[in-house]
Amino acid sequence: MKKLIALLLAALMVVGLFAACTDTGTESTDPAENGTPTGTEGEGTEDEGTEAPAAGGGSVYYLNFKPEQDEDWQNLAKVYTDLTGVEVTVLTAAAGTYEETLMAEMAKSEAPTLFQVNGPVGLANWKDYCLDLSGSALYGELTSDDFALTEDGAVYGIAYVIETYGIIYNKALLEQAGYTEADITDFDSLKAVVEDITARSEELGFAAFTSAGMDGSSDWRFKTHLANLPIYYEYEAEGVHAEAIHGTYLDNYRAIWDLYINNATCSPAELSAKTGDDAVSEFVNGQAVFYQNGTWAYNDVSSLGDENLGMLPIYIGVDGEENQGLCTGSENYWCVNKDASEEDIQATLDFLYWVVTSKEGTAALADEMGFVIPFKAAKETSNPLVAISEQYIADGKKSVDWCFPTMPSEEWKNGVGSALTAYAANQNDDTWAAVVTAFVDGWATEYQLANG
Amino acid sequence: MAKIIRKWWPVFLLPTLVAFIIGFVIPFCQGLYLSFCKFTTINKAEWVGISNYLKAFQDTQFRSAFVFTAAFTVVSTVLINVCAFVVALTLTRRIRGTNLFRTVFFMPNLIGGIVLGFIWNILINCVLSLLGKPLLALNTTAGFWGLIILMCWQQIGYMMIIYIAGLQSIPGELIEAARIDGASARQILFRVKIPNVMPSITICLFLTLTNSFKLFDQNLALTGGDPNHATEMLAMNIYQTFYARSGPNWKGIGQAKAVLFCIMVIAISLIQLRATRSKEVQQ
Repeated sequence: MKKLIALLLAALMVVGLFAACTDTGTESTDPAENGTPTGTEGEGTEDEGTEAPAAGGGSVYYLNFKPEQDEDWQNLAKVYTDLTGVEVTVLTAAAGTYEETLMAEMAKSEAPTLFQVNGPVGLANWKDYCLDLSGSALYGELTSDDFALTEDGAVYGIAYVIETYGIIYNKALLEQAGYTEADITDFDSLKAVVEDITARSEELGFAAFTSAGMDGSSDWRFKTHLANLPIYYEYEAEGVHAEAIHGTYLDNYRAIWDLYINNATCSPAELSAKTGDDAVSEFVNGQAVFYQNGTWAYNDVSSLGDENLGMLPIYIGVDGEENQGLCTGSENYWCVNKDASEEDIQATLDFLYWVVTSKEGTAALADEMGFVIPFKAAKETSNPLVAISEQYIADGKKSVDWCFPTMPSEEWKNGVGSALTAYAANQNDDTWAAVVTAFVDGWATEYQLANG
Repeated sequence: MAKIIRKWWPVFLLPTLVAFIIGFVIPFCQGLYLSFCKFTTINKAEWVGISNYLKAFQDTQFRSAFVFTAAFTVVSTVLINVCAFVVALTLTRRIRGTNLFRTVFFMPNLIGGIVLGFIWNILINCVLSLLGKPLLALNTTAGFWGLIILMCWQQIGYMMIIYIAGLQSIPGELIEAARIDGASARQILFRVKIPNVMPSITICLFLTLTNSFKLFDQNLALTGGDPNHATEMLAMNIYQTFYARSGPNWKGIGQAKAVLFCIMVIAISLIQLRATRSKEVQQ
């Protein structure tokens, strides 16, 4: 008996010792195994792709932001590993938990070597962890400096996807209502069409807009994406001033929001509980003509048939908006972890370079993920919504920039969203004044809190 | 046997102690340290002193979350315990189907908080829209009472089981003697039963008090703090401070709030334990 207990005690102590050692153990196995990593600088030739950089001993750990593309990244990683022998781990955070996952992962000894930030506001959290990419081959592949996230002359992030949003519409239903895209050229004509559809909705059997759900799965379409338009026009008129917004175009914001909520499939009071899936199903089932969303939503709405999908600019009634195009931009940037070992950093840079230049990589980005990438070797994607957005640019329409990366914080968006929901349920000047307060005063307060 | 235990007590203590140190003491100390720091990830923290605490105290949302949490805790603790005790009294009367009822009452406790929150969110929104009232996301009152209803529904069954155990352990002779002495049903309840289930009351009060104060899952799923943080409880306020704000200084403030929160929970439960312990009687 005594012996048994003594044995147990000894075993326990050993286990305890091991537990204490494992942390330091993993770190000490890092030293470079073989040779120096292959340099890829200046190999600007657009090769056929199968040629990939040789293994340099490091590995890649990519913490992916977009759950929609998880499987595609996993496959691409496998292809790369088969080609080069470099291990690529892709981990995708569950929707809406990227920041939490990133914080937890970055604190580990095996931290992600490649992660993503959401524009300058996201960079504020992670700047100390980002490698300056200005000398990298990846940066050299960018088609324009607009897609680099720079601060104080250093390139901390590189955008890897250009996305576009607007009002997606169902062509068949619009025709059934007696209109075509040509009838909608500005806010007034949009309003006329929408209100006519609402007036005849009983007879037509569908509404103008899908529900503008203010549930967390859908409210970003309005508190972030729709709110981009008044901000964009204000920046256009007065220059970018992210420290305080004046709200010059908030009356236009109100006008378009009124149009959305009062001509929808449901009563404005029910919006707070409507989800993103509700809006998708209403649109796909032909209960509504218009649905505000972007190119990334193609897979959700593709069942309507490519020939039935159109996209309109979001007109808000600003002078000269006949020439306005869709909202195009990027808020997601690749960042390389500065604290990773040299081999891992090199492996990561090689991997990224391969992804944006090789045949396999660009094909996966374009065809499987449906991305338009801002790199020289980009392949054209088959996403019809992207084709529509490119048509607008070809027609000489001026794209609306994505200004929402300058929004001061998530908290600001939530405040605006909350006020918008309250206004929808009870539309009067007082509740709108609350939206204006959340928008203008909230911006100043949040900017102060985030940067003060 | 007693001798062996006296000699080998560390063997029995060690596993728990190690787990306690790794799972509680170390993270707690680290958390305490981080509350004085500015950081994004915990291994790159920069000492800033007590400024995080000052900012936490200045945060009006934190204070309003405290008021909301306190109100919620008082109402839910009282309601849950009174209801659970009444149900327990009813179900110790040897009525038919007692076991079935006990099972049914206990069952809500087996469902996770997030799931419950979403279920009740749908239910309450349905009722509110039928009544033509603003939905949960716009309705602070409905949010508050929704949380109360949800917590009662979930917790009453659990507390009921503890009360039933307490009531069953009262010796039958005590009640019989009281009855022979001519005590009324009311006197038996207040003079015999309640003093004898005081240990159960201590436990149930402790559990409901701390559960309500620390509530997070149900809060997140049912109201999400809407409208505009009005139904946000302390735990959720801390979570939001940590993740919904940008800039490294917010993590430290969230951590400071978490430390304050921990101190509050400890203080409240110690006061409660002392107060109810003193009322316990020895049989």
